[in-house]
Amino acid sequence: MIKNIKFIIIILFSLFIFFIFLKGLEKPNNYLPEKTSNKIETNLSANKLYDQIEVSLGELINNNNFSIINIWASWCLPCKDEHVYLLNLKRTNNINIIGINYKDKKSNAIKFLKDLGNPYSEVLIDPDGTKSIELGAIGVPETYLVNNKNKEIIKKYIGPLDDVKFKEILKIIKNEKN
Amino acid sequence: MKKTKFILYIFSFTLLFLNNLKAENSDQVDKISKNLRCLICQGQSVYDSQSDFALSMKILIQKKINEGKNENEIYDFLKNKYGEWIVYDPEINKKTLILWIFPLILFIFGGLLVIRKVFIN
Repeated sequence: MIKNIKFIIIILFSLFIFFIFLKGLEKPNNYLPEKTSNKIETNLSANKLYDQIEVSLGELINNNNFSIINIWASWCLPCKDEHVYLLNLKRTNNINIIGINYKDKKSNAIKFLKDLGNPYSEVLIDPDGTKSIELGAIGVPETYLVNNKNKEIIKKYIGPLDDVKFKEILKIIKNEKN
Repeated sequence: MKKTKFILYIFSFTLLFLNNLKAENSDQVDKISKNLRCLICQGQSVYDSQSDFALSMKILIQKKINEGKNENEIYDFLKNKYGEWIVYDPEINKKTLILWIFPLILFIFGGLLVIRKVFIN
C-alpha cells in the first residue's frame, strides 16, 4: 500500500514538473518587467550633436502636447528601417522628435541624417550609453512617446518601429488630443 | 646599470600602486554589477557581460558612486528604471512568495523526517 502511494506521488510530481517546463517552453524568454516608473528624467542633460551645447531634456519637451524620444545610432541597421516612420511622423503630425544618438561617431551620425533625412528637432549625443540607461533603455533602437504635460512616458517601444506601432502612435495622439 | 634597475623598480612600484588605486575604485562597481541582471544577455550578470548595455551600466554605476550615491540608492534608481527584475535579490511579494517560502517548507519537512526517525528508533 505504502509503496503504491509513493509510486503515485512520484508520478504526480514528475507530471507536475513536466507541465511546468512545458508551459515554460511557450513563454518568450526575454522577460521585461511591467512595473517601471513612467516619469521622464527632465533634469537629464546631454550635449547636442551639431553644436555641443548642453541642454536638459526638460527644456526640449516643453512646448507641444507630445514628444517622441528616439534612441538611434548610425551603425544600427534596424534604425535605418524605422527612420521612414520617424520622418513620416514628423511630416504628417509635426511631432517634436528628440533623437538620442547612442554610442556613435559624430561624423557617421551626421552623414546618416544627411543621407536619410532628419526627422529630429534636436539630437543629443550619448557617447558612453549612460544617458540612455538613465532613460531606462536597453539598446537601440528604442522609442518613447512622451506626454509633455505631465512628463510621463505613455508608451515604450523596444526595437524598430513598424506599421503596427506607427498606427498605434497615431491613434494615441489622436485620442489624447480630443 | 644600477641606475636603470633602480628606475625600473620605481616604475613597477608606481604601476602597482596605481593599479591598486584603480582596483579599489572599481571594487564597488564590481560588487554592484554582480548583483544586477544584464537585460540583453539574460542569464548573465552585468559584471559578466560585455554587451553595450552592460558596459554602459558599469560606467553609470561608477558615475553614481562618484556622485556619492551608496549601493542601495543605485539599486533603487535602477529598479525604478528597469523594474525590480534587474536585481538578483527578489523582494518578498505575492509573486515571489513561493520562492521564499518553499525552501523553508522543505527545511521544516526534512527536519520533521529527521526528528521522527530519531525518536522512533
